[in-house]
Amino acid sequence: MESAVTAATLALTAVGLSLVFGVMRVVNVAHGEFFMLGAVSAWFITTWVGGPAWASFLVALAVAPLFVAALAALADRIVLKRLDYEPEATIVATIGLMYIFQQAALSFYGPQAMPVEPPFNFRIQLPWFGYSAYKLSVILFATLVLIGVWLFLTRTKAGLVMRATQVDRETAQAFGIDVDRVYAGVFALGAGLAAIAAVLIVPIQQAHYLMGHDPLLLAFITVIVGGLGSLRGTIIAAVFIGLSDGLIAFFWSPTLAKILATLLVAMVLVFRPQGLFGAKQA
Amino acid sequence: MRIWTLHLFTLAVLAVLLATLPPYHATNLARILVLAVFAIGYNLAFGYTGLLSLGHALFFAAGVYGAALPITYLGLPQLPALVAGLLAGGLVAGVTGLLALRTAGVSFMIVTLMFAQAGYLTLLYFGPVTGGDEGLVLPDAAALLPGLSADVARATIAYALFSAALLSSLALVQSRLGRTLVAIRENEDRSRMLGYNTFAVKLTALVLSGLFSGAAGAAYALLFGYAGASFATIQYSILPMLWVLMGGAGTVLGPLVGTAAMFYLVDIAGSYTTATLLFVGVALVLLILFAPKGILGTIRERWLTWLP
Amino acid sequence: MASVILSARGLTRHFGGLRAVDGVDFDLQTGDIHALIGPNGAGKTTFVGLLSGRIPAQSGTIALAGEDITRLPAHARVKKGIAYTFQITSVYPRLSVFDNVALAVQQTATRDLASDVAAALSRVNLADRATQTAGTLSYGHQRLLELGMGLALRPRVLILDEPTQGLASGEIANFKQLVRSLAPETTVLLIEHNMDVVMDLATRITVLAAGRHLATGTPSEIRANPAVQDAYLGGHDASA
Repeated sequence: MESAVTAATLALTAVGLSLVFGVMRVVNVAHGEFFMLGAVSAWFITTWVGGPAWASFLVALAVAPLFVAALAALADRIVLKRLDYEPEATIVATIGLMYIFQQAALSFYGPQAMPVEPPFNFRIQLPWFGYSAYKLSVILFATLVLIGVWLFLTRTKAGLVMRATQVDRETAQAFGIDVDRVYAGVFALGAGLAAIAAVLIVPIQQAHYLMGHDPLLLAFITVIVGGLGSLRGTIIAAVFIGLSDGLIAFFWSPTLAKILATLLVAMVLVFRPQGLFGAKQA
Repeated sequence: MRIWTLHLFTLAVLAVLLATLPPYHATNLARILVLAVFAIGYNLAFGYTGLLSLGHALFFAAGVYGAALPITYLGLPQLPALVAGLLAGGLVAGVTGLLALRTAGVSFMIVTLMFAQAGYLTLLYFGPVTGGDEGLVLPDAAALLPGLSADVARATIAYALFSAALLSSLALVQSRLGRTLVAIRENEDRSRMLGYNTFAVKLTALVLSGLFSGAAGAAYALLFGYAGASFATIQYSILPMLWVLMGGAGTVLGPLVGTAAMFYLVDIAGSYTTATLLFVGVALVLLILFAPKGILGTIRERWLTWLP
Repeated sequence: MASVILSARGLTRHFGGLRAVDGVDFDLQTGDIHALIGPNGAGKTTFVGLLSGRIPAQSGTIALAGEDITRLPAHARVKKGIAYTFQITSVYPRLSVFDNVALAVQQTATRDLASDVAAALSRVNLADRATQTAGTLSYGHQRLLELGMGLALRPRVLILDEPTQGLASGEIANFKQLVRSLAPETTVLLIEHNMDVVMDLATRITVLAAGRHLATGTPSEIRANPAVQDAYLGGHDASA
């Protein structure tokens, strides 16, 4: 159950990272901080709104990702666009953004971890096991969002424009696509997905200003193992990694598991850059 | 001629500063000099060869522990330990390079980042040996040069190391190898068609970079009496990049200028706020946006075109 | 009879379903100025890419003076004496003209780098521009610099990929004179679209069409060859 929740939120976070890399060729090191900002702003929103837990949580689920997406679009306009999306320069810039977001959260939110109350708190009692209804709904909701993203990319004009830009930026521009707007939109969407994952996870994990680190690493691993820029590969890898997470922790210490995972990523990039699940490009 | 004059003059000024500054500031300067050696090493890879690594913390930490472990567990004296740290930095860089240099650009950045992360986690995993986050306490800097006070010994070693690093890096970039490094940064494909084994040259550059980084790490541990896993965190990969970007990538004196500038910037900011990392972040973004050539790079472009 | 310095047997390279180079046999005689021609898409650039090692061959063999070099990487072939100059001018634009040539000269057994660089530069008439940044040279001068870098390697075989493209007619005349002066110490293989240059300069011509070897011979033999006329007139751009 824990593993399925991990897989679901990881899939959201990693798809966000993968979209940004796929369309914009930007490796967003600040992606984990968008996750963290989603969680922290969920705490602020639920605290301000008050009222019954389910109501304030729904507000947070709606508003926090929008806030984070707007922030991302702003960062794209102010920083990334000016660098002309030059890959190495954007990595340096997003490292800078990572520190800025982290320290901003530390200043405004503080160093402590704070919980957000889950919107509902009952267990679904089955004959052999009890399930937390909230965790089940996290998995369900994340799946719905992913289906929504997939429909958006394949069935809407905006999605088509994004995929066209991914294939060939120059041609897209020649066909009158406003690439700047597409990029800002993709960056916002990527950050928003991370924020949704974070809002879903805060009732289980608490919000903290350094909480972006692990999701970033895991999302990196997922995207690379799944094949850079391939959404399908990313989701398969997220499910695989999320579910094996619990299994690995059973056999090895978490530190050893992390060592092996990071080395795996490095080796995949060195020897199989198309990813473990990706097909070799002709 | 004027190139060597400028660098020897810089070293002379530093000697005077170290001898005359009050102990607190002299210690700060010693710290800057050792970290600048790290930046010089980073600059060889990034500034001259165009290898943008996010894993240099691993080479620095290899130096730290290459020196600290033999001292703690084998009772190795301090000066041989310094050499051991230097060699450890070069060795780890060589192994990293053999794998990571099969990739380029963004993949190279991520692979080096992952290696460094794995190194950091390994230090934590062997916490009982390495001290993990708590670290190991090493003998006082005075043990390095018996008969001198800790402050004097620290300043002397830091100065000697920095001078050696500065002059050897100057000689290196003016040599044929130095010209080849720049050629690979500028156009790797063309360099291959001039008969250069670009993989071997890049590996050489990374090993040299690792030797400088390892020496800096070892000296830092010995001079300030502490070794810890925190030296392998990503922050220690980002900082040399920041110092080099600030001072000017691909300039010999840039690492010193950038390290000193950033050190005092954070030092001054630290007296107003605890969020010093904010300045690191803001400096990175502003530099990459508005001054990608850094301080000396801009000066070279505008006024002193002969600057190496 | 002149000996063969560079030879290829059954050289093949496919890209996906496209047979860019398809089982080509080829001999380069020592001291020749050998032109490689063919309609657009004939596989000329891929073919010299295979010879120089920029593109690995899928099958076939390449030998330099009898030594099999099929598996050697590009940089090792350069060391053995095969120099390649790029179709698109590829100097180091941010380095000085001196450094550009020095990068080639320092690959040879040189005792006095500075004077050897000066000699290489005066060979292509760029001696007075040694301190200039290469990127600020005119296009014609950049092409000369590129050629100078190739020559400074003291190659046994110099491969030139469309060296006269974009040059003015006066520059072309200088270029022809320069290439002629290389023979017989350096064997030259050039891809060229300008038929006047080819007919004027080449001692031997090879025609490729659709990745296959069509004909090899002296300029007059090639001119008279009906198969070559077909390949050029059969719907393709005659000037190409």
